[in-house]
Amino acid sequence: LWAADAVAPTDVSYTELGGIAEPLSDTPGDIENGKALMNKGSGNCIACHQVSALSELPFHGEVGPPLDGVAERWDEAQIRGIVANAKKTFPGTIMPAFYHTGPYVRPGDAYTGEAATGDLAPILSAQDVEDLVAFLMTLDTYPE
Amino acid sequence: MSRSFWLGGCAASALIICGPAMLTAQEDPAERSLVINGEIEIVTEADAPAHLENLSTIRSGWTFRSPETQTMQMDDFDNPATLGVEAARAKFSSDLGNGESCASCHEAPEELAGVRAVYPKFDESAGEVQTIEMQINECITDRAGAEAWDYDKTDMINMSALMSFVSRGEAVNVAIDGPAAETWERGKEIYYTRYGLLELSCANCHEDNYDNMIRADHLSQGQVNGFPTYRLKNAKLNSVHGRFKGCVRDTMAETFSPGSPEFVALELYVASRGNGLSVEGPAVRN
Ligand code: HEC
Ligand code: HEC
Ligand code: HEC
Repeated sequence: LWAADAVAPTDVSYTELGGIAEPLSDTPGDIENGKALMNKGSGNCIACHQVSALSELPFHGEVGPPLDGVAERWDEAQIRGIVANAKKTFPGTIMPAFYHTGPYVRPGDAYTGEAATGDLAPILSAQDVEDLVAFLMTLDTYPE
Repeated sequence: MSRSFWLGGCAASALIICGPAMLTAQEDPAERSLVINGEIEIVTEADAPAHLENLSTIRSGWTFRSPETQTMQMDDFDNPATLGVEAARAKFSSDLGNGESCASCHEAPEELAGVRAVYPKFDESAGEVQTIEMQINECITDRAGAEAWDYDKTDMINMSALMSFVSRGEAVNVAIDGPAAETWERGKEIYYTRYGLLELSCANCHEDNYDNMIRADHLSQGQVNGFPTYRLKNAKLNSVHGRFKGCVRDTMAETFSPGSPEFVALELYVASRGNGLSVEGPAVRN
C-alpha cells in the first residue's frame, strides 16, 4: 500500500506540535507534481484554500486560510505534519488527514458511496506529501 | 451575507467580472425576497428554532443561489420542476394498478395542503417516524392494496413534489418531542458524525462553513424546505435522500440508502433545523 522507501502512515512520528521532522520518502519532493496535486487528483487543496500562485486555476475555496506566504509562517517540518495529518496541529480541524489510514466511520471506496474493502490506503502517498511540501515551501511571499 | 460569495468568486476566477462589491438590495442574492407567482410569500430567513444551539438565523438554500437561479423559482412557468408536478397531478387520479387511485380517497391534491410542513412525523399506527414518501407508500400498499413505488424513483419524487407544491408558503413545523424524540436524537447524532476518509460531518460544511465557497460551490445551510429540488446540474427533480446520499458519498464514505432508517432520522433532524422557514419545494438549485 505504500512504497518500500516510505514511512508507513502508522509509523510516522509527530513532534509535540504536530510536525514531522524527517521526510516521509527518500526521493526529494517534486514542486511541479506538488503544484498539480493542489488542484486535481486526491489533494484538491484549492477546494478549501486560495493560492495566488495558482490563480490560473478557477474556483479557489475559502473554507481554510489562504496559503500565500505559508512558508513564512511555518517551517518545513510543521508543513509536512499539517499536510500528513492536520489534526495533530489543529485539533478537530475540518481539514482532512491525508497520510492516515483511520480508523474511520463508514470508510468508502473512493467516491463511489460503496463500502471500502480490504486495507485502506492513505488519501495521498508519502511521495505526494513530499511533493506538496516542496510546493508549499515555494509560497514564501505575500503577493499584493 | 453574500459578500464573501462575490469576493470568493473574484479571487477564484478571472472569468467572473467584478468590481468593488457595491450590491444593491435587488442584486444581492441574500437580500432578495421570494414571492412565487406574485402571490405566495416565502419566508427564506428566520430566527433559528430554540433547539438549534449553533445558529442564530436560518436561511433557505434559495438565498445562496445566483440571482438567475433564484428568479427561475419565482414563477411556475419558469420553474422546470412544474413538469414533474403536472405529471404527479395526472398520476393522482390515475389507476394505481388495481382500480384505485389517490383520488379515490383524497378528492384533490389540494386537500392535502399543509401536510408537507409537518413531515417527517410520527405515525401512531406504524409506530415510527414516517417521511411523506413512506406515508404515500403506506396509502398505496396498505390502503389501496397496490404495488409500492420505488422510494427514490420518478413517480415518487414527482408525487412528493406535488405534496410540497400544495403546501408552499406553510411554515415548516416538524415535531421533535414525544414519540419523535428518539428518532430526532438519532438524526442529530448522524448530523454531527464525521464520516468517511475525509472525516466530514454535515455540520462541518453546512453549519461551520455556510456562505463559504468550497471549490465552485457556495455552501448553504443544507436546509430541506425546498425539496424535492430541481437541480440544473442534473436537470431533474432530486429527493432529499438522494441529496443526502450525494453529500455523504463526497466525504469518501459508505452512504446510507434512500428510505433507510438512518436517512429518515436525518431528514427529521435536518427538517427541524428549518422549522420556521416556508415549504418552498419544488425549488430550483444548481
Ligand atoms: C475541507 C477543507 C480543507 C482541505 C480539503 C484542505 N485544507 Fe488545509 N486547512 C483547512 C483549514 C480549515 C485550515 C486551518 C486550520 C484550522 O484552524 O482548522 C487549514 C490549514 C492548512 C495549512 C496551514 C495554513 C496556515 O497558514 O496556518 C496548510 C499548509 C494547509 N492547510 C495545506 C493544505 C493542503 C496542502 C491541502 C491538500 C492536500 C489542504 N490543506 C486541504 C482546510 C482544508
Ligand atoms: C384507499 C384509500 C387511500 C388511497 C388510495 C390513498 N390514500 Fe392517502 N390517505 C388515506 C387515509 C385514510 C389517510 C389517513 C388520513 C389521516 O391521517 O387523516 C391518508 C393519508 C395521506 C397523507 C397524509 C396526510 C396527513 O395529514 O398526514 C398523504 C400525504 C396521502 N395520504 C397521500 C396519498 C397519495 C399521494 C396517494 C396516491 C398515490 C394516496 N394518498 C392514496 C387513504 C388513501
Ligand atoms: C464536503 C462538504 C459537504 C458535506 C460534508 C455535506 N454537504 Fe450537503 N452540500 C454540499 C454542497 C457543496 C452542496 C450544494 C450547495 C449547497 O446548497 O450548500 C450541498 C447541498 C446540500 C443540500 C441541498 C440544499 C438545498 O437548498 O438544495 C442538503 C439538504 C444537504 N447538502 C444536506 C447535507 C447533509 C444532511 C449532510 C450530512 C450527511 C451534508 N449535506 C454533508 C457540501 C457538503
